[in-house]
Amino acid sequence: MKFDTPATTNPIDQLKVVGKPVDRIDGPMKTTGRAPYAYERHDAIPDIAYGYVVGASIAKGRIASMDLARAKAAPGVLAIVTAAEAGKLTKGDFNTAMLLGGPEIEHYHQAVAVVVAETFEQARAAANLVKVEYVRAKGTFDLASAKDGATKPKDGGPDSGVGDFEAAFAAAPVKLDETYTTPDHGHAMMEPHASIAAWKGDKLSLWTSNQMIAWGAGDVAKTLGVPRENVRLMSPFIGGGFGGKLFVRADAILAALGAKAAGRPVKVALTRPLMFNNTTHRPATIQRIRIGTDRDGRITAIGHESWSGDLPGGGPETAVQQTRLLYAGANRMTRTRLAVLDLPEGNAMRAPGEAPGLMALEVAVDEMAEKLGMDPVDFRILNDTQVDPEKPSRPFSQRRLNECLRTGADKFGWSRRSRTPGQTRDGRWLVGMGVAAAFRNNLVMKSAARVRLETSGVVTVETDMTDIGTGSYTIIAQTAAEMMGVPLTSVNVRLGDSSFPVSAGSGGQWGANSSTAGVYAACVKLREAVATKLGLDPAAAEFADGRVKVGNQSLPLAQAAAAGPVTAEDFMEYGDLTKTHQQSTFGGHFVEVGVDAWTAEIRIRRMLAVCAAGRILNPKSARSQVIGAMVMGAGAALMEELVVDKRIGFFVNHDLAGYEVPVHADIPHQEVIFLDETDPMSSPMKAKGVGELGICGVGAAVANAIYNATGVRVREYPVTLDKLLEGMPVLA
Amino acid sequence: MRSFTYERAKSPREAAAAVAADPTARFIAGGTNLLDLMKLEIETPARLVDVNGLKLDEIAPTKDGGLRIGALVRNTDMAADKRVRKDYGVLSRALLAGASGQLRNKATTAGNLLQRTRCPYFYDTNMPCNKRTPGAGCSAIGGFTRTLAVLGASEACIATHPSDMAVALRLLDATVQTVTPDGTERSIPIADFHRLPGDTPQVETALARGELITSVTLPKPIGGRHTYRKVRDRASYAFALVSVASVIQKDGSGRIALGGVAHKPWRVEAAEAALPRGAKAISEGLLAGARTTAQNGFKLTLAERAIGAALAEARA
Amino acid sequence: MAILDDLQLSRREVMATGAAVGVAAAPGVAGAAPAEAAPSIMKVSFTVNGKRQTLELDTRTTLLDALREHLKLTGSKKGCDHGQCGACTVIVDGRRINSCLSLAVMHEGDEVTTIEGLGTPEKLHPLQAAFVRHDGYQCGYCTPGQICSAKAVLDEIKAGVPSHVTADLTAKIQFSEDELRERMSGNICRCGAYSNIVAAVVEVAGGPLLGKGA
Repeated sequence: MKFDTPATTNPIDQLKVVGKPVDRIDGPMKTTGRAPYAYERHDAIPDIAYGYVVGASIAKGRIASMDLARAKAAPGVLAIVTAAEAGKLTKGDFNTAMLLGGPEIEHYHQAVAVVVAETFEQARAAANLVKVEYVRAKGTFDLASAKDGATKPKDGGPDSGVGDFEAAFAAAPVKLDETYTTPDHGHAMMEPHASIAAWKGDKLSLWTSNQMIAWGAGDVAKTLGVPRENVRLMSPFIGGGFGGKLFVRADAILAALGAKAAGRPVKVALTRPLMFNNTTHRPATIQRIRIGTDRDGRITAIGHESWSGDLPGGGPETAVQQTRLLYAGANRMTRTRLAVLDLPEGNAMRAPGEAPGLMALEVAVDEMAEKLGMDPVDFRILNDTQVDPEKPSRPFSQRRLNECLRTGADKFGWSRRSRTPGQTRDGRWLVGMGVAAAFRNNLVMKSAARVRLETSGVVTVETDMTDIGTGSYTIIAQTAAEMMGVPLTSVNVRLGDSSFPVSAGSGGQWGANSSTAGVYAACVKLREAVATKLGLDPAAAEFADGRVKVGNQSLPLAQAAAAGPVTAEDFMEYGDLTKTHQQSTFGGHFVEVGVDAWTAEIRIRRMLAVCAAGRILNPKSARSQVIGAMVMGAGAALMEELVVDKRIGFFVNHDLAGYEVPVHADIPHQEVIFLDETDPMSSPMKAKGVGELGICGVGAAVANAIYNATGVRVREYPVTLDKLLEGMPVLA
Repeated sequence: MRSFTYERAKSPREAAAAVAADPTARFIAGGTNLLDLMKLEIETPARLVDVNGLKLDEIAPTKDGGLRIGALVRNTDMAADKRVRKDYGVLSRALLAGASGQLRNKATTAGNLLQRTRCPYFYDTNMPCNKRTPGAGCSAIGGFTRTLAVLGASEACIATHPSDMAVALRLLDATVQTVTPDGTERSIPIADFHRLPGDTPQVETALARGELITSVTLPKPIGGRHTYRKVRDRASYAFALVSVASVIQKDGSGRIALGGVAHKPWRVEAAEAALPRGAKAISEGLLAGARTTAQNGFKLTLAERAIGAALAEARA
Repeated sequence: MAILDDLQLSRREVMATGAAVGVAAAPGVAGAAPAEAAPSIMKVSFTVNGKRQTLELDTRTTLLDALREHLKLTGSKKGCDHGQCGACTVIVDGRRINSCLSLAVMHEGDEVTTIEGLGTPEKLHPLQAAFVRHDGYQCGYCTPGQICSAKAVLDEIKAGVPSHVTADLTAKIQFSEDELRERMSGNICRCGAYSNIVAAVVEVAGGPLLGKGA
């Protein structure tokens, strides 16, 4: 099915099941510990040996020699695979560095060997006996010093411009020119990257933890040099990804190589201390923002430049993206530059681009409002645009940013905020409020599904879509239930298997809308097949309460499958609506913080997000996506930083004690309001993504609240107490 | 983790003798730090002597009005003990500021004292570290130092001691009781228990090989207002950037000890005379001789302000 | 004040920025046993979810790996294996611990309760049901640890164990959301379900467990 004209009324609009805050259907399995994650598939395959990964101890250079003798002789060891033994490996389409390094070493903790043994304890001990001699090469590890040598990336439209930014900025009566930095961030999902590999002849089964099954199957096949059809990936439960599991990582490849070498199924999990340098991360940025306005606060010039680094062949953090679309202004400029760094591979993490981009832009906007003596909510509203400011002929499909901001201000008690910072005291706490706009584009992706009416009347949905905590199981079930007129309990959803039709996968907040649209397409086909089987007119048939009805005629749905299951498969693909209309999601973040007047410790007291993101398929799980993203954004604002040792070239704080992410005590009760809306330009579901919107802007709202509380403006994230201390009040 | 044999000790003396006689042996109690380090092969014992069965888990009053806390009392139990809460609030507070509920349920008095530094370079065996391999050099110096020592450090090591409990014990003038391999018992003032790194940062305490901690004794209560102010980026489950243990008397006199700033709990008794004159006054003596980096210089300001906060809290 | 950053340490080969040869090997510790020593195997018996279990284990096996790899009770999760995340939380003799930082052989005779012992998908424990109702999880990986921890936290408050945020150490401990947040802080949820987890536990705590107004 192709979606190329705006959606009209369809069965989803009944909203009998879709749009309801139903409990997740996978909840009972997850809360009882019965949901099996990748490393736990004892049920699927017996006699699994254990692999343990050895990571490189240098950042750049090559292996001079490896001594495996002691490790091979260690008790229980079945096999050791290094690049020297692995045969030809080809880098996957989605990888920047080799997943098994050697002889070249491209980054710290790049895998150089996997040791396979009978037990985990034996594999771990033997891995420590692998002796490697390296020849170090000079590397570049410091973004600030590499910045001037950064170049314009070849792809992705790194530059944009409208009007004459430089002239307009120079002429603007009020202007801001500031530079902001965001550090490297780790995904730090709770489930480490993990895989079990089993070979049957030349066919590979891989139980793994991966967000994008089809990409993954393709890259496993490519890396190992086996036909794609010989690789099966299964990933029904994923313990968090946030972009860190978009791509195949070393666990999968080394499990496959280890299993081949050992002649047994092998499982491999990356250890937590290895993960931060071995896998991908959100790259650090340096961002220069210039805004010029007239005296009334209308933006006349807006410029955003961003620098980030990555390994050779890698890509930039697209931190300027939102600045092309978020605010009006006749003269515009964005630039993205990329430096070569020999740190671990930079890549997508929840809301790549916008998450760090808005951490800078929305502080700049706050600063600009203050220069103008305007309320930051009013300043944003004044500079709203209903069209793509770079291409005014292109309207937004829906854009209710102003309503998000107004509603939020009202509900949050924004009017109680002191305009002068450092004025509000609550005991030992300096209290401040901050606001920021949330913005993230809505992407649509081709997505397929297979639906089957079983003889029992149960509807089974199969798609390689993944549920990384997003709620995919539930919203897909809701979609099928709505379409087929059955209760949620009569839908069986099977996900994350590369033998199922290829879906949109989980990434870029496109999963919910795109994957359910694919299920919608398959259900449309199944409805036709069912009606035809029942001898009813497919065009007139209504599906409700487990029955199919045309006029006075009403037959049980299950009757269509009396002679055997009825199956339909289809996909949803997209026409030009994303070109003619800009599809984005919007929100307003409101945060109140307390800053200890003595120690400058920062604690968040209240958080509210108001979101406009099309139809909300399940308000319960969608709300969870938003609050969860707000937590991650709070972490980015207050504590998260992969610290680069610029001498050695690695992330120093590479465990969960060193890389602090928010804990319970950091997060207060959170409020989320969804504006009631549908977006017929997005898909027949009229839904848009929401999983990344929640992180977009929230970090800036926290930083702005800290400024409002203390009067200290910090432009280097994270905003930690050491950066505030000098500006704190003198106390007796 | 290297392979090891495991045995349960029958008596403190036997345990001490066993470990003293075997350089590959280590005691294990709660295990929350030792196992962590064994997994990374920072610790590589070939023999573990489990002391959990030694009945050193009592808290009992002493003749002179103090409290003797068994070496195996779990951190949770020490913090929850009614006598500790009433008379040694700073100790209860310090314990509760540390780690997590799960860890406190396992961690013991002795293990808490003996926990090793959280310096990230100590934790990465690819990085030279004088604690792990004496003479190898210190990778932390010149590297990421934000969390590291500003007082009492050396050119060999700038690690800090991570314990909160030990800071309160230092403040309270506790003593550490041990049994040595030959069966003699000794008592070590807490001030002498932890060492500064000097040229031998691998030697962290005054304990001899095989010497087993049996208890920690608190002198009789000193009254006053007890506070433990732990400053960290995250609101909980994080090590201190700086912590301040304080007992302040009604007349403004009192005691101050700092955590998160040195290789041992940091207290300068001579400086405490300045306490009635405020945070700045005491900080001059307490922080004298500090050596900082661009990354951790804030700890001095923070320490002074946190002392100010503690004094304000005591006055309130 | 001297700046330690400026100190020169000639022994720090690792700082060499040019081409140099460095050797990474297992760190040597004087007196350590040969690393290739055969595993030491021991028998241990404990009760898991009411069922007596006897295992022959490599002494290095943690309680967590004994549960997950030997008893196939994979509800307890390995998130970090270093006591830094709480996903492995189980209840031993009534107390919550990080099972990743405890050797299985040290649990002779102990009673272990894991998430599998609290309820089943068909018959959820009240906390499990509340987590489902309040969406107190997303990816689900930290969830068993959160629930085991929450169960123990409610017992700890009942037993009068104070916390970092307890205002008065000598008074009876009052249940509050702040108490809950502090006590649950050893269980990290990267999906950020904290607000919902607190709502779920408060609902259960407000029921028969602690009485209204607690």
